[in-house]
Amino acid sequence: MDYLNTLLFGYYPYIAISVFLIGSLARYDRDQYTWRTGSSQFLRAAELRQGSNWFHVGILLLFVGHFVGLLTPPDVYHTLGLSTSAKQILAVVAGGIFGGVCLKGIIILVRRRLTDPRIRATSSRMDIFILLLIAVQLVLGLLTLPFSLYHYDGANMLLLAEWAQRIVTFKSGAADQLSEIGFIFKLHLFLGQTLFLVFPFSRLVHVWSVPVGYMARPYQVVRRR
Amino acid sequence: MTNQAKKPRNIRAQIGMVLNLDKCIGCHTCSVTCKNVWTSRKGVEYAWFNNVETKPGIGFPQQWENQQKWNGGWIRKINGKIEPRQGGKRRILRNIFCNPDLPEIDDYYEPFDFDYQHLHNAKQSKAAPTARPYSVITGERIEKIERGPNWEEILGTEFSSRSRDVNFDSIQKDIYGEFENTFMMYLPRLCEHCLNPTCVAACPSGSIYKREEDGVVLIDQDKCRGWRMCVSACPYKKIYYNWETGKSEKCTFCYPRIEAGEPTVCSETCVGRIRYLGVLLYDADRIEAAAGCENEQDLYQQQLDIFLDPFDEAVIAEARAAGIPESWLTAARQSPVYKMAIDWKVAFPLHPEFRTLPMVWYVPPLSPVQSAAESGQIGMDGDIPDVRSLRIPVKYLANLLTAGKEEPVVLGLERMLAMRSYMRSLSVDGVINGDVLERVGLTQLQIEEMYLYMAIASYEDRFVIPTSHREYASSTFDAYGEQGGCGFSFGSGCSTGNSGINLFGGNKKAQRGSGSPIKIPIKVEATK
Repeated sequence: MDYLNTLLFGYYPYIAISVFLIGSLARYDRDQYTWRTGSSQFLRAAELRQGSNWFHVGILLLFVGHFVGLLTPPDVYHTLGLSTSAKQILAVVAGGIFGGVCLKGIIILVRRRLTDPRIRATSSRMDIFILLLIAVQLVLGLLTLPFSLYHYDGANMLLLAEWAQRIVTFKSGAADQLSEIGFIFKLHLFLGQTLFLVFPFSRLVHVWSVPVGYMARPYQVVRRR
Repeated sequence: MTNQAKKPRNIRAQIGMVLNLDKCIGCHTCSVTCKNVWTSRKGVEYAWFNNVETKPGIGFPQQWENQQKWNGGWIRKINGKIEPRQGGKRRILRNIFCNPDLPEIDDYYEPFDFDYQHLHNAKQSKAAPTARPYSVITGERIEKIERGPNWEEILGTEFSSRSRDVNFDSIQKDIYGEFENTFMMYLPRLCEHCLNPTCVAACPSGSIYKREEDGVVLIDQDKCRGWRMCVSACPYKKIYYNWETGKSEKCTFCYPRIEAGEPTVCSETCVGRIRYLGVLLYDADRIEAAAGCENEQDLYQQQLDIFLDPFDEAVIAEARAAGIPESWLTAARQSPVYKMAIDWKVAFPLHPEFRTLPMVWYVPPLSPVQSAAESGQIGMDGDIPDVRSLRIPVKYLANLLTAGKEEPVVLGLERMLAMRSYMRSLSVDGVINGDVLERVGLTQLQIEEMYLYMAIASYEDRFVIPTSHREYASSTFDAYGEQGGCGFSFGSGCSTGNSGINLFGGNKKAQRGSGSPIKIPIKVEATK
């Protein structure tokens, strides 16, 4: 059990991140023609407006929430006047709202992808897999909320944040933080890392291409040879 | 076109096109040859880089001209600046998860094929077997085809549907639904390769660009991310989303041919000889001001004013200084496009009110004189028939070509009629009719040249295309980067991106010789 714990939460994160970074780079370099959002709005728009908007807004907020929540050292938010248990409540409330928003979207998207004949026929296996993976991951994340409420003191949260911070700072003993943590958290963590692992092989690569540069560039583009 | 401008001009050259609608017979050869060359692939079955519509009609995709519906093109704001009608940059990014202005494939048509195998495989029956249609997206049977690439061919569909054509604006259109008053014309359409393209402006990835050396607007297939804003931004709906690859595609102006000095496929194969290709010189610094002019009806004139006189010594000197090759300047002086659009003013831009400054121009069609049939006498205006008695209402053509301003279209039509009248006098009666020249403000030389270009229309006159000078087009004279180049590709440079073990979701190309060998069902008789 300890071996599995170390493998999944001590080594797997580095494997996943490595594949995520190197895979993205390789795909960008070697096969940029396949680097796209893979939008299916053109084939069927009706449900997509609701589904896609709710989903994207929700998942972006969740991403930011996880990023800030996991990687902010306790000292930083303590000096900002936020106690551990207050942060725990904040995380649960924000996560619940964002998760709900995202869930509303993904239910529409999953139903559409599996039942609409046009979308089903033009989906690759990876398209369906990645959508279901995110859906399961989202549901798992929402299922952790009651457990977090049970640990009002935020002890769980501190352990998870410590794990994440040790991983990204290459400190030893990261996996040990999670030995006492609930199974559902572990499953959520495992799927989360898996999401990074399969990222370069799926349509998710479009996340890298958020068009921030668009705001700064002039409307017209003329290319000299 | 005088040298009033003190600051140096930013001279560029572009290959433009003119289509003489007076001679278009609606044979669709241009569409079919274009399709065979460029879009006979999965994902773009529905896409027609070139299509021919019958007007009046709502066109393809349906109602493409109606910008109240599609929000294509530019809009002039109160402060005099222009921005894409679908919204400025912030609004475009806000709608990136779902573009509210995007047409659906059903606005074009669900691509279909027919089950021809059934004709081979059907069991014997009393009724002949039929090849029924199926969707090439889902593979499922389509019970009834609702729409196609040319659904209104020769006034197909009922008048109430066709009359939604926005070119009927401020026309009492009901009488044109009556059989006696009906009229039609053909409108072949392709990408306009605009001077102020909205598709380029709306692309969040910056993947669409205008080539500096010849003005061709292209989509970088590697950089396109499929945000699909260009599809709605283009008011001509000439950008097509490839639902298979998730990238947008468009008319390439057959740039590999143009670079070699050859006409585009649509132009080359036009049996009616209606297409012309030639160089135009223009001042790129004047684009923004012209596209932003206040009155829509001035846009035609504003666009004319951007173009520079290729015979003007000052222009030639500046163009040389800007690095435009001598062969391009020579071509500009022989350009049929310059002659028709700027010199004779018989060709007009399509829907200048979209403010994109399109570079594919149209000669309006003449039509039978209507009142002659009604009263037994033709309404004449001097030696030429009154263009307002033509069967196609002038207002309709003006709505199509000059944002509703009738005078330029009237003059263009009169000049074409004058050419006929003049040549008839010359060849039948042997008389030079000076009156008709004066009437339309043309010289003898001009009208005889018009006849050569528009009536005879020989190949050399229609297509004056200088080859692309690599030393001009390249920023440095360095051909080393071209070594071993692969010419045209759909992305990933010279790499196909495909191998037997492609990890990244690209289509694996079936290589010849791979897979299981074909079994040939031939019995070989054993020899004794």
